[in-house]
Amino acid sequence: MNAQTPAALSPYSSSAGKASRTETHTLSVLVDNEPGVLARVVGLFSGRGYNIESLTVAEVAHAQALSRITIVTTGAPETIEQISHQLERIVPIHKVTDLSLLDGFLQRELAMIKVRGKGEARTEALRLGEAFRARVIDATTESFIFELTGAPKKIDDFVELMRPIGLVEVARTGVAAITRGPQGM
Amino acid sequence: MSKTMTGAEMVVQALQDQGVTHLFGYPGGAVLPIYDALFHQTKIQHVLVRHEQGAAHAAEGYARSSGKVGCLLVTSGPGATNAVTGLTDALMDSIPVVCITGQVPTHLIGSDAFQECDTVGITRHCTKHNYLVRKIEDLPRILHEAFYIARSGRPGPVVIDIPKDVQFASGTYQPPKNIQHKTYHPQLKGDLGKIKHALAMMAKAKKPVFYTGGGVINAGPAASTLLRELVAQTGFPITSTLMGLGAYPATGKNWLGMLGMHGSYEANNAMHDCDLMIAVGARFDDRITGRLDAFAPYSKKIHIDIDPSSINKNVAVDLAIVGDCAHVLEDMVRLWRSESLSADKKALADWWSQIDRWRARKSFGYRKSDRTIKPQYAVERLYELTKGRKTLITTEVGQHQMWAAQHFHFEEPNRWMTSGGLGTMGYGLPAAIGAQLANRDALVVDIAGEASILMNIQELSTAKQYRCPVKIFILNNEYMGMVRQWQELLHGGRYSSSYSEALPDFVKLAEAYGLKGMRCSNPADLDAAIQEMIDSPEGVVFDCIVDKSENCLPMIPSGKAHNEMILPDTDEDIGNVIDDKGKMLV
Ligand SMILES: Cc1cc2nc3c(=O)[nH]c(=O)nc-3n(C[C@H](O)[C@H](O)[C@H](O)COP(=O)(O)OP(=O)(O)OC[C@H]3O[C@@H](n4cnc5c(N)ncnc54)[C@H](O)[C@@H]3O)c2cc1C
Ligand SMILES: Cc1ncc(C[n+]2csc(CCOP(=O)(O)OP(=O)(O)O)c2C)c(N)n1
Ligand SMILES: [Mg+2]
Repeated sequence: MNAQTPAALSPYSSSAGKASRTETHTLSVLVDNEPGVLARVVGLFSGRGYNIESLTVAEVAHAQALSRITIVTTGAPETIEQISHQLERIVPIHKVTDLSLLDGFLQRELAMIKVRGKGEARTEALRLGEAFRARVIDATTESFIFELTGAPKKIDDFVELMRPIGLVEVARTGVAAITRGPQGM
Repeated sequence: MSKTMTGAEMVVQALQDQGVTHLFGYPGGAVLPIYDALFHQTKIQHVLVRHEQGAAHAAEGYARSSGKVGCLLVTSGPGATNAVTGLTDALMDSIPVVCITGQVPTHLIGSDAFQECDTVGITRHCTKHNYLVRKIEDLPRILHEAFYIARSGRPGPVVIDIPKDVQFASGTYQPPKNIQHKTYHPQLKGDLGKIKHALAMMAKAKKPVFYTGGGVINAGPAASTLLRELVAQTGFPITSTLMGLGAYPATGKNWLGMLGMHGSYEANNAMHDCDLMIAVGARFDDRITGRLDAFAPYSKKIHIDIDPSSINKNVAVDLAIVGDCAHVLEDMVRLWRSESLSADKKALADWWSQIDRWRARKSFGYRKSDRTIKPQYAVERLYELTKGRKTLITTEVGQHQMWAAQHFHFEEPNRWMTSGGLGTMGYGLPAAIGAQLANRDALVVDIAGEASILMNIQELSTAKQYRCPVKIFILNNEYMGMVRQWQELLHGGRYSSSYSEALPDFVKLAEAYGLKGMRCSNPADLDAAIQEMIDSPEGVVFDCIVDKSENCLPMIPSGKAHNEMILPDTDEDIGNVIDDKGKMLV
């Protein structure tokens, strides 16, 4: 969202130094679901010039009032380590896990994709939708809305295929992510 | 003992239960119920400041000089926004402060009501944590939690914003008990395996140096004692940041003086050439590291810090120990002894002889004069004449601050209060008042600049009202000296707006506030004048007229390495030292 200079490239860094590799990481953040907690998290990213590629949040345990925030961010590995530690300083945050450092995790996103077209285009859209296992959740004589769930890349690919056919607009939820295997975070 | 009371009474009760003795504040519509509750008690002394920024800095001075949490109370809107600079200052310097702000009643929040501002929104970025109290049931917990968060782990400021209806509401007060906080549990003990590893590295080191900082002060006086022990056991040289002065005594034989931009030649060269750096409660600030890719290039680095985000932030280290300095130093001292470790004495002897050669440059030296008072001389004399007393020093921001750090020597922690991270002009006078109220027996001196002192000069009234005999020792060079120095360095000596034009007569100003005013411009009279200031039972404003063109040296110019310092006796034109890339930096 905010493509500012990563903190690791402060003016005091040597520009002659090694160009740090940029990586994409997915962070899972367990927070108390209290007013302002999202503002604290988002404010940290804007205030310190970190990137947010995607951010989702929803309550996951009503009784304990816990919410889970999933953040996809990009930066040099040392910047991403900083981001985790900076997040841990926010008082109502219980736990920060960098899923990308773990053995394996799944990410899913839901998208609704509106496509407009008649005749040939219409059948082509439907055929591709089937191939991607997208569901049709609304149809008119000249349009469809597909619902598609999957890793972000799959959604990107599908959207690209729809573009020449008659893509109208896309709504995406952003990424939710969880580790594989029996262990929780 | 739980009791029914109003929100305002709970605030006062909680402050009492938290051991608050002084509350710095300024009244207004949104905090009147709390002021009324204060009226009915005597345990807490309310200190009426003359500007809310002053309240925040006074709370900082109180906190830093006593090791306790400083506390302030301000009204909604302008009261809260006036406190913001002080809160930011406390955040940058890790000072424990609790700030209570009044807020418009809950049903008016968001309506642009009279004196409404989004206090939690505004202060979110300049506090460690903040609260808007929406219901009376939450108030007792939040009050106690705020103190816990302010003082635990890496200390910092906490704001509690209390709407007026919550102050009037009544509820059940709970005294502080050892409640486990839901989420905030800073790690105090360091990992023993890592500590042992650190000691093994220390035993092997040939050119080690301790680089210590404000974290040692934050960790309490025990940490300073343990640090002294560890330095004695190992025989290693030690330097400190501006914020850590006093943790190790300046008369101690292993002391190298402060490091960094205006640090000593020996400290900076030892940092540059060391093979092992042991950072204790210091955060690798840019005033310390200079050019990052030339920072201590031959060294392994150990970093002890309570805040994991301080580690590997600016400088990657080889061994990180997360924990409270006092706990970690205690383990280090104990294990160094019980494992019968010893330093490489031969290598250390060579290292010390190298350091002695750097020391011989006498980098804090300056040209003496018998016609004008050199600012360094003034600080030196102040130091000599106050030796042996319990003296607390605060400062404003600028050259005088650096000269104070270089030439006033601290033997104990909590005696030195300065705005390091934010560099807030106007900090010193209110901080001195806070420090004086926490230490009635001490001599408290604000080493000031003539420009900075005007930023919170109104607090002289506070000093007068509460009989704080603080001494404001102004090094009056008629310039924003630090700005003038940088203009000389970077902008061809074009002194754009840095001359202190139309200064008040500080002697008359002091008298107008009911304090004693003094002036001295002759080096021959200086000792007697300083003595008169010290002996005075009143608050004193001392206008010390000093050399106008003196630069603060030594200096690592921006964008340069530790071993590229400008020394005082180099006759190089300082306007040519910094390259274009360096000019971009601050
Ligand atoms: C005009 C000007 C010039 C300056 N020039 C210099 C200079 O030449 N040299 C210099 O040193 N400074 C200078 N400063 C100050 C500088 O800007 C920084 O404020 C200072 O260097 C930071 O000190 P520190 O690293 O000790 O960190 P602090 O800000 O004191 O931070 C403390 C560190 O310790 C950690 N910590 C806190 N509590 C604990 C605990 N209980 N246990 C373990 N760790 C803990 C914190 O997490 C943090 O990392 C200057 C400032 C100004 C305004
Ligand atoms: C609130 C604030 N505004 C501006 C600055 C920038 N600044 C740093 S030092 C300085 C000059 C200070 O002058 P003076 O108090 O006379 O001290 P001197 O350097 O002359 O000793 C200024 C303007 C600052 N640090 N703080
Ligand atoms: Mg000046």
